[in-house]
Amino acid sequence: MPSRKPAPSSIATPPPAATGAGGDVREASVFMYQAHKKIYARAVSGWFAGWRWGLVWATQLLFYGLPWLQWNDRQAILFDLGARRFYIFNLVLYPQDFIYLTGLLIVAAYSLFLFTAVAGRLWCGYACPQTVYTEIFMWVERTLEGDRAARMRLDAAPWGADKLLRKGGKQLAWITIGLWTGLTFVGYFTPIRDLAVAASTLGFGPWEWFWICFYGFATYGNAGWMREQVCKYMCPYARFQSAMFDKDTLIITYDAERGEPRGARGRKADPKAAKLGHCVDCNLCVHVCPTGIDIRQGLQYECIGCAACIDVCNGVMDRMQYPKGLIRYDTQNGMAQHLNRSQLLRRALRPRVLVYASVLVLIVAALGTSLALRSPFKVDVVRDRGALARLVDEGWIENVYRLQVMNTTERVQRYRIGVGGLAGMRTDFDGTVVTVDPAQARWVPVAARVAPETAAAAGRGSHPIDFTVERLVDTPADSPHSVVEHSTFVVPR
Amino acid sequence: MSDFVHSGWGWFVAITTVISLVFCLVLLIIASRRQVMAQDNTTGHVWDEDLKEMNNPLPRWWMWLFVITVVFAAVYLAFYPGLGTSAGSLKWTSVGQYEVEQEKARAAMQPVYAKYVSMTAEQLAQDPAAMGIGQRLFLNNCAQCHGSDGRGSTGFPNLADTDWLGAGTHDYVKTVITEGRVGNMPPMAAAVGSGEDVKNVAHYVLSLSGSAHNSVAAQLGKEKFAACAACHGADGKGNPAVGAPNLTDKIWLHGWGEQAIVNIVTQGKTNAMPAQGKLLTPEQVHVLGAYVRSLSQTTRVAGN
Repeated sequence: MPSRKPAPSSIATPPPAATGAGGDVREASVFMYQAHKKIYARAVSGWFAGWRWGLVWATQLLFYGLPWLQWNDRQAILFDLGARRFYIFNLVLYPQDFIYLTGLLIVAAYSLFLFTAVAGRLWCGYACPQTVYTEIFMWVERTLEGDRAARMRLDAAPWGADKLLRKGGKQLAWITIGLWTGLTFVGYFTPIRDLAVAASTLGFGPWEWFWICFYGFATYGNAGWMREQVCKYMCPYARFQSAMFDKDTLIITYDAERGEPRGARGRKADPKAAKLGHCVDCNLCVHVCPTGIDIRQGLQYECIGCAACIDVCNGVMDRMQYPKGLIRYDTQNGMAQHLNRSQLLRRALRPRVLVYASVLVLIVAALGTSLALRSPFKVDVVRDRGALARLVDEGWIENVYRLQVMNTTERVQRYRIGVGGLAGMRTDFDGTVVTVDPAQARWVPVAARVAPETAAAAGRGSHPIDFTVERLVDTPADSPHSVVEHSTFVVPR
Repeated sequence: MSDFVHSGWGWFVAITTVISLVFCLVLLIIASRRQVMAQDNTTGHVWDEDLKEMNNPLPRWWMWLFVITVVFAAVYLAFYPGLGTSAGSLKWTSVGQYEVEQEKARAAMQPVYAKYVSMTAEQLAQDPAAMGIGQRLFLNNCAQCHGSDGRGSTGFPNLADTDWLGAGTHDYVKTVITEGRVGNMPPMAAAVGSGEDVKNVAHYVLSLSGSAHNSVAAQLGKEKFAACAACHGADGKGNPAVGAPNLTDKIWLHGWGEQAIVNIVTQGKTNAMPAQGKLLTPEQVHVLGAYVRSLSQTTRVAGN
């Protein structure tokens, strides 16, 4: 597969090549299936690590907590696939409301476009479940096995009671988190309180078992074992977001101009006198990297933008009493042209960002308006297919329809059905008012009829008519509302 | 599949499948080694001045995924049909699965219908849940011909009036749903007489229900009606025992007016209701029958 080298960057030093003697053209046979090299990411703390942990807490409190909220005597958020009703706080959505999910996905997509154009892989580095769960799983790993060096020692050590205890404990904790995540996930689709009761006796249904285990296994496998492999080889977003990058996009960069030539030196040594840049070549930026790259080689597709290297390098710069920001968020243009902060900010408001932002605002506004103006019930009119029309008493002509009335409120509702479009049209169905239970749909056969004179005046063929369904105001919570649905009335030959 | 009846096709499919699976594994092995430039890890190919083909190896776990798919395919083919005409060791068929699911659905419905079985049609008509089930069964199975409101159309009886071609009891309705019904009116023109006679009989029949008619023709047709009386009775009130309709009401299943009646008398009519016994369980027919009868009763409750 033809591919370019990791994103060309004028400031990057070239990767250390496996140089043959004298750089001659020598062929070698290599194995094409790369063995997995385990990455021992070192713990990191700092401003950006704080942000990431903040987002871990925020997203996970939301994810684990939401299903436990109650609302209107039911679960606040419940996607009841069996009954095909989707409850989100006050909203009761039907499959017909699929457009809102589409809207939500468009909002999510444009948010990603916008954030990515402005500041690169923000999603990947801070909020993506893969990052968030990896962060949690790595915390467990650190707590039980120690930091980078300790973990490497432990892996190299022969199996013994201590190693068994630490590794076993880690696996147990991972599996528990995975299963809890699976249970929570299923809790969005079956009431989680019942699920928790069932968990005490392991009395899940077959599909609940499957999804709890499947989602639990996916969490455990991806966050415990696969980690950066998911981002590097499996994630499509990681690959197509380069389309949203340009030279004014904030990326995590190493200031080669300031850092090179790198080299070790004493804390008191004057770098200028030693003809050295600010990079002390401590390799900490490599040790903390969750994808195992060296950011000093420039922008690489493996970089998920987590800023761990910024945090750790700033710590080193502090200790060396050099200014911070040898590795920092900056743009390619900013690096090349030495732009200051306000110039960078001005460039952030470039046309592509403005277009993404305005489309996003527009769709959010449209979605919000559409939800606010949502009808408290829906109506579908389906003509009977068997017979188009029939003659009844006194030569009246009758057409039969089925009206599906869908109550999207959580109260019992009553509706009156009327029909119009031809002079003196009448409806005929069981009773004059339809009662529909909360969040239920009901089919109502309705016959519409016209007098022979009207039919003769209208002529043979099909004529447009309207069904008007009107909600009756039974409680103060119900405001008057009516829905008009079009159909046709057939006068036979 | 009727185009592929020759047994050779089975072998063709089986052999192609096995060869494809083996080829997948062979390809994995062949592609496992590659010549690269030791110096810069490229294959030495350069396009468009600087576009180089680098060695970007696949992760090894990904290769195992390929192997797993091949192993899965082999296991699948051993258990399920797929290898030509082999039925697989589980003997799975889509029909078999359908029947198992039907059986399961019936078992799941059993408790729902259990309490209805012991109820009479009158009791069912007062039970909103039963009527709701009845209505859904009706809309799915009966409404195609009888209309969503059960009032039928030309040739399809109105079920919401009190005019039954048979006894009209709950048992009668259940029998008709289960076994179907064939209504047969033989061509009677020869027995009635000339074309003029037939027309006169039509007017007489119209007069029976007080519909608009030519009274002179009706008078002339009265004696010719003797040919019809065998089934419809001397007074034209019909005979439920043989399914002969009442001609004295204003219900016209096969169309109203002189021409419609003349057509029926000359050509006769065989009208069939197909049996539903294979599609519906006896318990469903019990509830459905109660719903159908409730359509013509004024004291019914709305289903939910």
